[in-house]
Amino acid sequence: MLQAVRIKDHWKEQRLFERRVLVAGCLIVVLTLALIGRLYLLQVIRHTYYTELSQGNRVRTEPIPAARGLILDRNGNLLAGNQPAYQLELVPEEVPNLNGALQGLVQLGLIESDSVDELRRTIRSRRPFDSVPVVLRMSDEDVARFAVRRFDFPGLDIKTRQTRFYPEGQLGVHALGYVGAISESDLEHIDRAAYSGTALIGKLGVESAYETQLHGGNGYREVLVNALGRSVQGLGELAPDLRTHAPSAGSDLVLSLDINVQRVAEQALGDHRGAVVALNPNNGDVLALASMPEFDPSLFARGITRTEYAQLTDNIDKPLLNRALRGTYPSGSTIKPAVALAGLTYHVLNPDKTEFCAGVFHLPGSTRLFREGKGGKHGNVALQDAIAKSCDVYFYGLAETLGVNRIAAFLAPFGYGQLTGIDISGEKPGLLPTPEWKKLAFKRPADQIWFPGETINFGVGQGYLLVTPLQLAHVAGVIAGRGINFRPRLVTGLRDANGNVKPIAPVAGKRIEGVAEADWDRVVNGMVGAITYGTAHISGKGAAYSIAGKTGTAQVFTVAQNAKYNENTVEERLRDHAWFIAFAPVEKPRIAVAVLVENGGFGATAAAPIARQVLDAYLLDADGKLKAP
Amino acid sequence: MYEEVTSGSRARRTLTGTARMLLALKLDGALVIGLALVAAYGLVVLYSASGQSLGTVVRASAHIGMGVVAMLLLAQVSPNFLRRMSPWLYLLGIVLLVIVDGIGHIGMGAQRWLDLGLLRFQPSEIMKLAVPMMCAWFLHERALPPSVGSLAILMVLILAPVGLVVLQPDLGTAALIAIAGSLVILMAGLQVRIIASVVVLGGLGAWFGWAFMHDYQKKRVLTFLDPSTDRLGAGYHIIQSQIAIGSGGVFGKGWMHGTQAQLQFLPERSTDFIFAVIGEEFGFLGLALLLLLYAYVVARALYMAVQTQDTYARLLGGCLALTFFVYVFINAGMVSGLLPVVGVPLPLVSYGGSSMVTLLAGFGILMSLYSHRKLVGS
Repeated sequence: MLQAVRIKDHWKEQRLFERRVLVAGCLIVVLTLALIGRLYLLQVIRHTYYTELSQGNRVRTEPIPAARGLILDRNGNLLAGNQPAYQLELVPEEVPNLNGALQGLVQLGLIESDSVDELRRTIRSRRPFDSVPVVLRMSDEDVARFAVRRFDFPGLDIKTRQTRFYPEGQLGVHALGYVGAISESDLEHIDRAAYSGTALIGKLGVESAYETQLHGGNGYREVLVNALGRSVQGLGELAPDLRTHAPSAGSDLVLSLDINVQRVAEQALGDHRGAVVALNPNNGDVLALASMPEFDPSLFARGITRTEYAQLTDNIDKPLLNRALRGTYPSGSTIKPAVALAGLTYHVLNPDKTEFCAGVFHLPGSTRLFREGKGGKHGNVALQDAIAKSCDVYFYGLAETLGVNRIAAFLAPFGYGQLTGIDISGEKPGLLPTPEWKKLAFKRPADQIWFPGETINFGVGQGYLLVTPLQLAHVAGVIAGRGINFRPRLVTGLRDANGNVKPIAPVAGKRIEGVAEADWDRVVNGMVGAITYGTAHISGKGAAYSIAGKTGTAQVFTVAQNAKYNENTVEERLRDHAWFIAFAPVEKPRIAVAVLVENGGFGATAAAPIARQVLDAYLLDADGKLKAP
Repeated sequence: MYEEVTSGSRARRTLTGTARMLLALKLDGALVIGLALVAAYGLVVLYSASGQSLGTVVRASAHIGMGVVAMLLLAQVSPNFLRRMSPWLYLLGIVLLVIVDGIGHIGMGAQRWLDLGLLRFQPSEIMKLAVPMMCAWFLHERALPPSVGSLAILMVLILAPVGLVVLQPDLGTAALIAIAGSLVILMAGLQVRIIASVVVLGGLGAWFGWAFMHDYQKKRVLTFLDPSTDRLGAGYHIIQSQIAIGSGGVFGKGWMHGTQAQLQFLPERSTDFIFAVIGEEFGFLGLALLLLLYAYVVARALYMAVQTQDTYARLLGGCLALTFFVYVFINAGMVSGLLPVVGVPLPLVSYGGSSMVTLLAGFGILMSLYSHRKLVGS
């Protein structure tokens, strides 16, 4: 009620107002000081911190991938090079909805729907700021299709990148290998930082084994970007301190491969499944390494689709299998020269004494019969003829005399049952059987016993013995070098950016000791005989140089005791594998070769002609004359 | 010698001439200088913040021109007329707000603008002036400090337009209108115990509200109070503006060399976040200079308010001066990360016509109140 009668006191109200203004003024000063304090904190105390953030905002490091090294054959022919191609890349942290983006790409037909999961895993396992290739090689049409919808795909961009290109196509793919997109499992054993900006990595063969040398060192370039992540080079004045580090290109590889010999080998194999390995016994240089059928390495470089990959893996002929390194087969009669050397070295064999071959061998104390592989009988044969004509009965007896342990011990230094140590990975060791091995390999005690009959089979390269074509080429080289041998190798030198080639020295294997020079001669003569009048004489006709060789036939299908193997009645895939090993010229060998033709039947008819073509291709010039060494 | 003396005396004469002209225009020279300096500083910064867009600077100059016209016109009007017009302006504002809300409701969307063909303006801007004018008018004849009954009526007068603006919805402007009205009441000498109890009650209310809130609501409040927790959403603005200010250092990166602003990392760089551009390009010193200029304007405005001779003029003048400071503080506090992000422009610097015209109109009113003071009471 008192308030109702209050009278307005102007002087008092003026004083009240002035007091309030004073209070407000103090508050203003306090608040302004608080503001200035805040600014001092940001701009003076935390200045360095915010400067770094601002720098990180606008400077993005872009990797500059190093050019992958080229791969050349021994004569400088290009086997793998680089080609610019359009590539769709994705920066994970700039993609707001990864699943949506990938589905969008499926709808555009740029990726296949069943590769989405794997792609997503790969993307997730990359660092968020790395540019991950999504489509490795885009056609002009793909580029156009993406370009019109680009605004729907933040964080994705088309880049021009170098991709791998194989001018010879499939030729030599099992030696060269191929490159493919970096997968989740690749990331586990590479330095991610070093591979930032790299799209492709070697997957097999030389491409994989020499990945480090081929890859080189990626460089980087700092670029100014705006808030949208777009590069804004025009505004360079805003950041004059941008750094660039040039990439160092990968080294070029000089291979021992001779692409012409390789081509001849592959053409000679033709539609057969099989392998050819040719090497120089004087240094281990692999001159040809063919495995048929083969596949197109560029499929992987451009990103193989699931269907295409399934076609390769489901193919009954197994084009992805490198038969030269990973195909293991019984050696067949190609083992005979080595077994003969064992007999001579252990002095259990008189090379001039003839044995009578009636086509059947009786193992003493057993009712089992061992037949001559191709049937027929050789009559009286001494060592040279036994090798030349590949008389099984002769070697059945020799094997029985030698015994399994002596044969295995003598064969081991030739490389049977062990890796040759070739400079690409994936090689299989094969198997050199011994009684000890059999004890460990089988579970049932009854199976662990080594039977005398198994020694007999071993002596002619059947049974448990398994070899790869690479191993047999190496064995041929060992015989050619009379015990001197070298580790097979595909890469003979690294060429740097200036064109200087740094050669890689050949690695010598352990020399085979204790074999008399005369014994080498006897065995080699047997092998020459095989070409001149023996099993492979058809393939030796008209040669401008001397050849030593040995045929072999590896059993796929065991013929019943009392039956004879008939090529025509056996299903194609159950037919014997055909082998042929050879070296030439005999006097001063320059090339050793092993040929395997799967289900080819007899070595003499299926494999030896191929070997002859390979020898000719390497040793003869255009006029058909022996090249000067 | 003779030359110098003549030129010196001519200069003095010109100066006095300018002063006389300002007097005749009912303008306060000291305040005009302060405002001109701030606006000029703003144009320089805007040129850089807009990415060297001369067009933006020209349009901003046009806004200043319109504001100056409003200021000039209002400075000529006598305070008595202004006072008598206050309730009518307030009513007009309410009607326009209702219309705008209605259109927005029909149009199923937020509506702040009223399109008058040539001119589009926000009725809520009128309320920034009309509410304190109305409150001052209401208290003019009453004894101060205001009685409880008066306070209740004042609450209604303030909350009605605030509610309408909240409905738009424009929380920032609504808060500013509420602050402008409250400042009038505070300047009118609201008793300290009432202020204290309001603060205590407000605190208790907030505590209760917090206790009964769902988690997602709490999260929303927390994000509002500390946006840096939401890096890509609400926090993006504030993180980028702090980087801009902090990386500016003491001297700044130089005019048009602020990477945060020039490379578009800083959002709303020519409007609400222009303060950060100044911090980045002109550094701590640039911001200190700006704050100094603002302090000068506020001090001069408060001085002018104290010099006026009736309740209406004092309350309105004081409120105009203080709201100006509140704008500055809220914007600077928000951009530098002291306060939550609310859409309040930096007065006289941020690009935007409505705010510029309203502010200068407010100063026109203040000049009218000040320059006509000798007539008051006669």
